[in-house]
Amino acid sequence: MIKAEGLHKSYGDHVALHHLDLEVKAGTIFGLLGPNGAGKTSFIRIINQITAPDSGQLFFNGEKLSASHIKKIGYLPEERGLYPKMKVGEQLLYLAQLKEVEKSLAKERILQWLKDFQLMDWKDKNVEELSKGMAQKVQFIATLLHQPELLILDEPFTGFDPRNTEIIKKEIQRLGEMGTTIIFSTHRMESVEEICDSIALINRGKKVLEGSLRDIKQQFRSGHYDLVVEEPEIGQMPIGIQILSQESRQGKLHLKLKLEPENKQSLLQFLSTKNLHLFQEEEAKLHDIFIQSTTEE
Amino acid sequence: MKKIGLIIKREFSTRVRKKSFIILTLLGPLLMAAVMFLPAYLASLPTEDRVITVLDESLLLDFEKGKDEIKLRYLPPDKFDFASAQAFSEAQGDYAFMHVPLSEAGDPDFVARNVRLLRAGDISVSVENYLENTLEKYLQKEKLKATGVDPEIIARTKTKVNLRVINTDEGLETENATVVKMGLGYLAAFAIYIFIFLYGAQVMRGVIEEKTNRVIEIMVSSVRPFEMMSGKIIGIGLVALLQFTVWIALGSLFYFISVSLFIDPQLAAANLPSSAANMPIPNDGLLSIYSSLQSIDFFSLIASFMFYFVFGYLLYAALFAAVGSAVDKESDSQQFMLPVSLPLILGLLVILRALDNPDGDIAFWFSMIPLTSPLVMMARLPFGVAPWELILSMLILLISFVLLTWFASKIYRIGILMYGKKPTFTELLRWARYRN
Repeated sequence: MIKAEGLHKSYGDHVALHHLDLEVKAGTIFGLLGPNGAGKTSFIRIINQITAPDSGQLFFNGEKLSASHIKKIGYLPEERGLYPKMKVGEQLLYLAQLKEVEKSLAKERILQWLKDFQLMDWKDKNVEELSKGMAQKVQFIATLLHQPELLILDEPFTGFDPRNTEIIKKEIQRLGEMGTTIIFSTHRMESVEEICDSIALINRGKKVLEGSLRDIKQQFRSGHYDLVVEEPEIGQMPIGIQILSQESRQGKLHLKLKLEPENKQSLLQFLSTKNLHLFQEEEAKLHDIFIQSTTEE
Repeated sequence: MKKIGLIIKREFSTRVRKKSFIILTLLGPLLMAAVMFLPAYLASLPTEDRVITVLDESLLLDFEKGKDEIKLRYLPPDKFDFASAQAFSEAQGDYAFMHVPLSEAGDPDFVARNVRLLRAGDISVSVENYLENTLEKYLQKEKLKATGVDPEIIARTKTKVNLRVINTDEGLETENATVVKMGLGYLAAFAIYIFIFLYGAQVMRGVIEEKTNRVIEIMVSSVRPFEMMSGKIIGIGLVALLQFTVWIALGSLFYFISVSLFIDPQLAAANLPSSAANMPIPNDGLLSIYSSLQSIDFFSLIASFMFYFVFGYLLYAALFAAVGSAVDKESDSQQFMLPVSLPLILGLLVILRALDNPDGDIAFWFSMIPLTSPLVMMARLPFGVAPWELILSMLILLISFVLLTWFASKIYRIGILMYGKKPTFTELLRWARYRN
């Protein structure tokens, strides 16, 4: 869907994107991660054609990015707002028409969305009368009225209470299932783990990591395992297995082990004689991967 | 292009629907008339009389009565002396007490040196001036008498001249035409000045609002910054034009009503006895203004006014938009407003010179410089300007409009997405050099 080749962008002395190569496959929910100032917004703005890269190329569905693609993209910026003195319905119609949706069609869709989000009573109210959460929903609707093929969401959950977060999350997942490609930019790793198929991590304008969530987690396996046995003592461990920590709690022994994959078999044999309660690999947390990858350099 | 249309429509309709717009548009002419006529009306109101007790021991003043609100009350010098006259004046609550002493051997200069005005408190300047003038007048009479000249003769030799000015270009006897043209030029230039400031500031405020609300972030993914900027400028410009048209319409309505009610009958009466074309027009203020208005080519004046109005506004509005884009809040805009509003204010100052000497060097050059030409050229136009000068000035304005808008849009495009630190002028210039 989106393919960036050697994308470079600088503002004066500041390099925002450093020859970035990136691919977002069609129909995926793609997590674009990175610390503040990593270049996420610059990248998003280039896709939206708000700014142009200094060098490099960007392809949309294999075509060189052009003005005709603008109406196929929906963008929910991180810092967002509406005209406070405009009515909700008018505002949505205006934004939809700017995305070249035909007037009557836009009106139809607006009604549907307002119904779905229980905002019908607010259609003729001024935006300034809405609560923050409601205004955010209106912004979310505005992003979708032209039924974009590519949806770019920059920190979509900020400002939402947990209930509304859930509604929006469901909506994003539904859109994903319907085949909309979604670029999801955030700091909140737990939502990425829940929603995204693949991710890219950028730092200081460079790509640090890219791939499917599973592959990346695989890549960042620590070889740490949690072991709980209902024994007072564990005894002598087979060779190659390192005990990182152990403690007794309520008659159970909790251990943290480090082992290489080839030693797993001998450990399992050893454990077959013990009263085993739990044995599980410690999964790499995206949060830790994020911290680790962005501080290494 | 369709998107610009949508933006223009939004900018226009949200503003025109505002109550404040409707009220100002309808009441504006009344308000302006009030601002113009209120001081004159207030001045014409009768004020409290100021009575000045006069003890004129020399019988110099010849019982002059005073004027307007200044009244003189004479006390008989045979019944009052200085002290009792002063006491009488205070007892009566009179404004002031003037003592004209008896002159020694009829020497007017002695009186001039010794005349005194007493009041518990400050004396109004108008009273003091009036009394001084009156005393001078009578002392002069005394001196003339002393040298054997009859003041009557002097009075008879005074002649009032009403110069008949003829403009050979227009071939008409246009009394007071210069004053009328000055008024017209000033009015046109001032209208442009007010509208540029009023609506330029609206453009700036609109841009700042979009930035602080962060609507701009949503907008830029659908519309190009240049489309946004031009849509806003044109939309607000149409609001200005609508308001102005309504004002002109209301103004001309007033004009024609007053012409048909007051001036036409007078004119008909004046033309009745002799139908000669070059008959001197009666010396009547309103009538002569009316006749000199007829000597002005209104069609080309209005056409040029529209041109300078529109392009002057567009030129400045682009700059105001750039200023708005560079700051986060209105209070930060002062620093950038100065270089934008300075030429406007300068233009207004130059007008005063240009009205006095419409063909002078200063008037000429400032009517060519694009940032001041909308004002200065409008001030010159009622006096007649060579066609090549007008065309050159318009051409310069057009070209600079294109260049400045292009420059402003480059700043705007970067500015709308920049938050936080207020930029410096050098940074603004750097923004203009950024590629897209």
